[in-house]
Order: sequence, then structure tokens, then C-alpha cells
Amino acid sequence: MSGFLVKQPGLLSLLHDRGRFGVHKLGLTTGGPLDSVAFDWANRMLTNDVNATCLEISFGGLVIEAQLDTSFVITGAEAPCKLNEDLIEQWYTHDIKPGDKLEIGFASAGTRCYLAVTGGFNIDPSFGSSSTVLREKIGGLNGDKLQAGDQLPCSSKRLSAHCYLAASDRPEYSDFARLRVVPGYQQAEFSPLQQWRFFNSEYRLTDRCDRMGFRLEGETVHSDIVGMLSEGICHGAIQIPADGQPIVLMNDRQTIGGYPKIGAVIPRDTATLSQLSPGSRVRFDAISIEQAHNIHCLEQARFERTSLQPC
Amino acid sequence: MRIEIAGQNAFIVYFAEQTSAAVSAQIQAAVTNILATMQDSIIDLVPSYASLLVIFDLDLSDHFAIKRQLRAALTNLDGVDASAGSLITLPVYYSKESGPDLEAIATNANIDIDDVIEIHQQQEYRVYAIGFAPGFAYLGEVDERIAAPRLATPRQKVPRGAVAIADRQTAVYPAISPGGWNLIGLCPTRMFDPDKTPSMPVQVGDRIRFSAISRDQFIDQGGEL
Repeated sequence: MSGFLVKQPGLLSLLHDRGRFGVHKLGLTTGGPLDSVAFDWANRMLTNDVNATCLEISFGGLVIEAQLDTSFVITGAEAPCKLNEDLIEQWYTHDIKPGDKLEIGFASAGTRCYLAVTGGFNIDPSFGSSSTVLREKIGGLNGDKLQAGDQLPCSSKRLSAHCYLAASDRPEYSDFARLRVVPGYQQAEFSPLQQWRFFNSEYRLTDRCDRMGFRLEGETVHSDIVGMLSEGICHGAIQIPADGQPIVLMNDRQTIGGYPKIGAVIPRDTATLSQLSPGSRVRFDAISIEQAHNIHCLEQARFERTSLQPC
Repeated sequence: MRIEIAGQNAFIVYFAEQTSAAVSAQIQAAVTNILATMQDSIIDLVPSYASLLVIFDLDLSDHFAIKRQLRAALTNLDGVDASAGSLITLPVYYSKESGPDLEAIATNANIDIDDVIEIHQQQEYRVYAIGFAPGFAYLGEVDERIAAPRLATPRQKVPRGAVAIADRQTAVYPAISPGGWNLIGLCPTRMFDPDKTPSMPVQVGDRIRFSAISRDQFIDQGGEL
């Protein structure tokens, strides 16, 4: 089946739908786009199914060649994007025809771009999902990241009308973020002083940030726990091992683990975190479960209410 | 039993401070009840040693409704049969060739290698949790005499099928991976095969026995050395 031919795979380009759910009992993790906000926009702009498979391009360096007529959009991190030799705009839908070369350069703000094509890429699901998890060698094309020579199958289907998302409605990518946290898990085992330190200190992203977890460094935090049984880990959980430095667990996290956790970053903010580079700074703000629900509903309403602009 | 917040759309239920066959059976019963009464709003469940992580769909429900339903689903868990769960026998080729840490465990315990092998097979284990990697089942609890701490330096490459001990847990590595557990043998049964249904021979709550096989039997059953 034709679609796109990968000329240069880039540093880490992975096929993803929204993720793999309901199979934690086998030890399989979730996967799915790190920045679900940019991912959802990409599919919406092409009137795709919300779960359509897109390409997550981390850091950049991707070159692909079209083998058919279709439309596409690139959302997420700011990166120079070229259709043949011409620079094109992100957050705008475009047409592409056989022989055209699409290039996504290296990100200058944010770290991950999302490429969607009309109808999504046609990838056979494994355990109900196309999401690629390298650690498990599952999903995508043979469980691997893109390689030169790979075929990305999709349908030939052009949009009848093009659109863009107004600049004021797009996420902003910077080098600082406030991450909202619902306290939970072993929160009570962190003394008030330790909690105060955690929620009142600035942390920096180390260079050990990947799809499993983002390791931060800053003020050390300690719990009173001496050893605990391994337990299920949810998305965004903040694990604090013996060295006192927090790790925010992301989409490819292990499903169980035995380190104390102080709570979990809300998914809206793990999306923001995933676009930061090593050296960027974050702060954590504790919020109530009611506030977390409010934020979720507000973001959802805002997403649905925001209109796309006709080109 | 305690129900705590785990995240924006997740609760963690703690059943006890320590694990046991009875606690594990309660968790299995809770999984069954939850799936029977609230399946539509549940995204995923992660049973473990003494806890159950419940992840729900925030677009279909909310924290307060889920907590109410959870409380109802978590009643009447007592009196569950602790011996429930299938009994599965896994063949193991125990030897110095297939289990490079057998000797160290025997030396530490001041017993013969044959005793280590015998003790490992003597009892029934329970699948307390599945995680770390697809198909990695944590089995407990290993007889104290052959319990052994994790290696100070984990191996870069543990073979698929390696039967291993860490503290009072034992497991079969489902795939080649790095690992710090003590290796005592090799099991020819595939613990995770994505192309098979079901993809795992065991699930949380099952009971496991190990049974020694010879080198030839191991090869016959598809094992690789």
C-alpha cells in the first residue's frame, strides 16, 4: 500500500494513536503521544477520527516523500518545515502530491512535532493500538522507530477546504512551565516540610528525559518510607527515589514500581512538560481534585469551541 | 482498606500493608466486581501485591461518582477462596549451565545445589503482579533459605526464559533484557507471545508450580541454550 517513503527518519520519529489501553494486566504500557494537545489538534484539523495514527517527530530531522495525493498538517514544536524547497507554515493544512518531498527540520521551540495525514496512517494495531513502544518492541512498524526506506501507508484523500489555527489559539512553547499536581499516593508520608520544599522549589530538566520519564534536579525531597511494595503507576505520577530527585513518569512508564510518589501531574501539563528541553525549569503547584476536573472540562470546552480559520 | 487518589483520573486501593494469598485473592475478587459493575467508565486496572490501581475515563465519569461505585464494588470481598486461580506448571531446566547463580545461592545457604533446586520446586507460588516488562510475572513467596538479594551489578543481558530469584520473589524473564535477579535455570515456555491468544500463559492471581526437566527435554520443548 502506498503512502509516504521515509528518506531520512530523524532522531526519533514514532507512529502513535492515542495509546494502548486495557492491557496493563499483561504489563504493557500506554504509549501514545507525549503532547496529546498538539496531537488532538492535528487530527481535528484534518477532520480525522480522534484516534487516527499520526507521526510524533521528536527533535526533528525527518524527510519523507509522498507517493499519492493527500493533505497533511504539522502541529507541535516550532521547526522549519519545507515542502520541496519552499518553507511552509505549521498549524495550516496543506496538499501534497506524488514525488513531493516534505522535510521537518530541527525544533527551535518545543521538542516534538506531530504530522497528521487525512484519514491517518494505516497501521495494523497491536493489542488494540498502533502506538510504538520501543522498550516493548510493540506497535508502529515492527515495534521500531522510523528507519530510512520505511513505507508509511495511508489513503489518498484530499481535503475539500483548507484551514489553519489562529496563532493566538496555539500552545506556546518556552523553557519554563508550572505543572499542576494532584497530590496522592504516598503524599501523607512526606512531612509538611518536605512537601513545602517540593512545591516551593524550582526544578531543572536533566538530559535523562525520555518517553518513560522526565528526571528533574533541584531541592531534594525525602519521604519517611523505608520500603514499599510495588504498585500500579498512573500517567504523570511523580516518583521520588532515595536520591530525593523527582521523576515525572510519562507514557512509556513501567506499569508498576516500588518508589514513593507524592502525586501526579495532570495530563494537560505533562503535555507541556514533554515539549521542554533539558535545562528548562519547572515548578509544581498542588491543586485539588475538583480543580483538576475543572481544568479538564475547561480545556475540553475550549478545544471544542475554538474554530478553525478557513484559508 | 484505603482508597487514595493516584492522579486526576486514577485511584489506588490499598488492601493491606503486606501481601498474602488471601490479600491477592481479595484483589482478584475486586477486579471481577469492578469489571462487572463499572466496566464502561474504566480505562485500565493494575493489580499488584497489596493494591489495585483503577484508571477511569474522565470524559464519561468523575472522581466522586467513581469513588462511590468503587466503595460498593469493594464490599463483600471477604470469604473469597484464597486457593482460586488456575494452577499452572512451568518446566525448568535447572543446572549450572542454565542457572549461573545456582552455586552462589547454594553456598550462601550452606546447602547443595540439588537442595536449592528441590526447594524452588517444593511449593506453590502465586502471581502477585505483572509488570516491569510485558509478561513479567512476579511470583511469591520464595522459601527464605534460597531467597537472595539482587546482584550488585545487573547483567546486561539475561536470556529469554531465565528463571530467577530476587529476595523472596521468583520470575521467568519473558524476553532478553538487562536484569539483576539471580538466575537458577531456564524455562522453555514463552511467557509473552504477542502473536498468540492469550499472549501470556499466566495471569495475576494464578498459582504456579515449577517442575524440573532435563537438558534434552528442555531442547525438545523449544528451549534454546
